[in-house]
Amino acid sequence: MTENAALPRPSSQPHVAEGEPLVVLDGVHKWFGDLHVLRDIDLSVKRGEVVVVIGPSGSGKSTLCRAINRLETIDKGSITLDGEPLPEEGKELANLRAEVGMVFQSFNLFAHKTILENVTLGPIKVRKVKASEANQRARELLDRVGVGHQAEKYPAQLSGGQQQRVAIARALAMEPKVMLFDEPTSALDPEMIKEVLDVMVELAEGGMTMIVVTHEMGFARTAADRVVFMSDGAVVEENRPEEFFTNPRSERAQDFLGKILKH
Amino acid sequence: MQYVLDNLDLVLKAFWVTIQLLVLSALASLALGTLLGAMRVGPVAVLRRFAALYVTIVRNTPLLVVFIFIFNAALDVRWLTQVPFLVKGVIALSIYTAAFVCEAVRSGINSVPVGQAEASRAIGMTFAGSMRHVVLPQSFRAVVPPLASVFIALAKNTSVAAVFGLTEATGRMRGFTNDQADDRTAIFVAFALGYIVIVEVISAGAFGLERRWKVAR
Repeated sequence: MTENAALPRPSSQPHVAEGEPLVVLDGVHKWFGDLHVLRDIDLSVKRGEVVVVIGPSGSGKSTLCRAINRLETIDKGSITLDGEPLPEEGKELANLRAEVGMVFQSFNLFAHKTILENVTLGPIKVRKVKASEANQRARELLDRVGVGHQAEKYPAQLSGGQQQRVAIARALAMEPKVMLFDEPTSALDPEMIKEVLDVMVELAEGGMTMIVVTHEMGFARTAADRVVFMSDGAVVEENRPEEFFTNPRSERAQDFLGKILKH
Repeated sequence: MQYVLDNLDLVLKAFWVTIQLLVLSALASLALGTLLGAMRVGPVAVLRRFAALYVTIVRNTPLLVVFIFIFNAALDVRWLTQVPFLVKGVIALSIYTAAFVCEAVRSGINSVPVGQAEASRAIGMTFAGSMRHVVLPQSFRAVVPPLASVFIALAKNTSVAAVFGLTEATGRMRGFTNDQADDRTAIFVAFALGYIVIVEVISAGAFGLERRWKVAR
């Protein structure tokens, strides 16, 4: 799994993944009853690396993403973050989750809080940052994702694309070590997808470690260091994006790409 | 009706006891019931089971039996013997009503999309923090209508206390109908009106809160 980093990068890659492994999954299994949703997953993501996870629906990629901050528990194997194994439910797990940013398919902004409060809630209540400081930082982040002028509104008053950018700002406010994106653009209208992807590309270029579950092949091509292809709960293929898209090795990847790239 | 008017001070005093029973029991059962409701959806299996057991036992026990238990347990439990009747009544009503509040709160919590709790946990909130800052505030509105029903039932359940030597409204009414049997229809109507006023206040309050806590999605 580490051989990709040793390969020379195409010059079009805006950044280079380097450094020690930050997220390591080792022999991870999960069952939903009889359904074996994760099968022996080994995956190592280095600091600063951008990994895109793709695959047909039901392949376990969302479950994998959610397992990394333990929104889903695993039945076998281990997941470590920055060398530390994921703790059990409790205060320690909460501390770990504060270090891992998560962006959901359905945004999940706090419906009863303003946009500004959505971004400051974590810093104030979890990190115990002073309100004035948190507000200032939140406004900077909201400006950065292009929704600074909406700070006083409520989530329902914003478009899907704007909500998702707020969700990214909310995650960034915690200054996470790694960001998880669980199909961040799947619930968006086509014209809103780009505004969210632009923010994500910018993040990737800024050196953020990212694990992105997505169907956006364009994003994978421009921003990813590595593409992980999953099918039926297993990692079938890993490669640099150009390699993967132009020359998939496994039959299942060829079949999948054949279906989605045809249109 | 003249008899009721002549003894208006006694009527008002009796309704004052009813209102004390209602308000104190409502507050206590709201606190206990919310705690139980949070336990029922919480991550700790032991607490989840305890809360479920509490609801099963208490909700399936007649209120009168709970009253008998509390007033007779006083013979065995030393500190309970020192407690005034009003407080005993509040204890019995609160234990009973908390089971219903728990279920109302749980239904409210379930009405909040699960993504809200996930998002709050994802930014590092503990279960308690997530409940306090994200889930419960959003569940309030959904909780108000069933909670109003629970408290309306509580308002009328306070009348059970009459059996246990508390001169609240129903106890006073029984005294009046014994003393002045000729006027019993008018006495019934007068006391029924009193209960209607109390219940209407609860309904109006619930309606107001429902409008105030509207959450846009």
